[in-house]
Amino acid sequence: MPGLGHDIAEGLRQALGLFQGFAMTLRHLFRRPITIQYPEERRVLPERSRARIVLTRDPEGEERCVACYLCSAACPVDCISMQSEERPDGRRRAAWFRINFARCIYCGFCEEACPTLAIQLTSDFEMASYDWLSLVAEKEDLLIDHGGKHPDYNFYQHAGTDQAGGKGGHEGEYDPVDPLSNLP
Amino acid sequence: MTGDLIGLGVLLAKLGFVLVGLLLIAAYLVLAERKLLGRMQIRLGPNRAGWHGALQPIADVIKMVTKEDVRPRGADLLLFWFAPAVTALTALLIAAVVPFGPDLHFLGHPIPLMVVDINVGLLYALGLSSLGVYGVALGGWASNSKYSLLGAVRAAAQMISYELPLALSLAPVVMLAGSFNLREIVEAQAGLPFAIVNPVAFVIFIIAAFAEAKRMPFDLPEAENELMAGYHTEYSGLRFGLYFLGEYVNMIVLGALVTVFFLGGWHGPLLPPLVWFMGKVLAVVFVMIWARGTLPRLRWDQLMHLCWKVLTPLALVNLVVTAGIMVLAS
Repeated sequence: MPGLGHDIAEGLRQALGLFQGFAMTLRHLFRRPITIQYPEERRVLPERSRARIVLTRDPEGEERCVACYLCSAACPVDCISMQSEERPDGRRRAAWFRINFARCIYCGFCEEACPTLAIQLTSDFEMASYDWLSLVAEKEDLLIDHGGKHPDYNFYQHAGTDQAGGKGGHEGEYDPVDPLSNLP
Repeated sequence: MTGDLIGLGVLLAKLGFVLVGLLLIAAYLVLAERKLLGRMQIRLGPNRAGWHGALQPIADVIKMVTKEDVRPRGADLLLFWFAPAVTALTALLIAAVVPFGPDLHFLGHPIPLMVVDINVGLLYALGLSSLGVYGVALGGWASNSKYSLLGAVRAAAQMISYELPLALSLAPVVMLAGSFNLREIVEAQAGLPFAIVNPVAFVIFIIAAFAEAKRMPFDLPEAENELMAGYHTEYSGLRFGLYFLGEYVNMIVLGALVTVFFLGGWHGPLLPPLVWFMGKVLAVVFVMIWARGTLPRLRWDQLMHLCWKVLTPLALVNLVVTAGIMVLAS
């Protein structure tokens, strides 16, 4: 059985704990508030924050999207739809491309699925609207005139293209190996 | 006859001054509390309505007046409508006996700066603070809601329990001042405030006053986490506003009672008495807000333990010791 001295020490310890709390709140009272007053003050969002979706262009100014349907397939809420077509020069593109932002959950799976880095999520998050239909974005609304997060990437220079005069090449491609040169 | 008329006029003037002052301070106390709590949490607090939120109380009042007056199905309408008024009224009525300055002299007549100067002001204040329980208990019961009922039961148990240390901690004050009259109690503290003469009673009274006001460490009757809003869960609009008003007026009134009983009322050097009185009241109220920003809520058993096993015995011992010292000293 602890004695009275122990009780008093324990009581003092608890009282000290109480006053430490009061001292802490008093100190905070004179600190500068960290509030960002949103509509007037905005903070810079991280580069990878996920909001409005855009379709980017390659450095040559062509549409990156080749209408492969991978984003549409990856989308968990099926908010992306499109129709593919082929350009006269053999390059594929989307005849129309539609994202229903009223349905989009901004998960970023489309961006991960995209093989040409065409579809990208930006940090523009202010999309609230009273009109459902105004949230359906067509290709013209989605296309931007630069490369977004990857300004220098050009898909066709890596994948190679059909050239009018036969086989094309791509960046970092090895020259064809002459099998006969391997002979002893 | 003219004397009576002048007396009536003076009474009405004092009544108006106290009432308007109290309601104004209560309205701005809500803003002050929200601001201070915000700053303690490194937030800004309300700052949209007017300069630094100066018009926020007005906006709040407009909002409450225009809200729908919801009546829960199965509620006891008479009690449901009546109960909020009890809370607000008892809180306002206590202010009637609080002296906020020394006697003024007007045309040779002394005018005590309190609405009514009754010789048992202390008992009157304690009695009305007990009556305040009815507003809470009846409001919670009449709402026909489990949350309200639980809140009301808690409030009734808490307030009745804490009345005991509240009253017992005032007994030494009465003994030291030799009077139940609040003005005479203040005048007895001209030299040394009773908070220094009898610090134990002061601490007990402060803690019990927090519990009576249902303020932070003791706000179980309206514990948001488990009871939504406790006894006033079902109230909306102006009726909720009345509870709200009663709570904040109660805060000011308890601050004033602490000032009168322990902090020497209007006594103080240099500044005019009214400034000293208001400063002390607001300091006590600030401590109440500060505690809300700091302390977590007690558990129900801790609340009762603190009252019945710590504060009440301590108050009784303090009473006996104070009496003993007074007998030895005389």
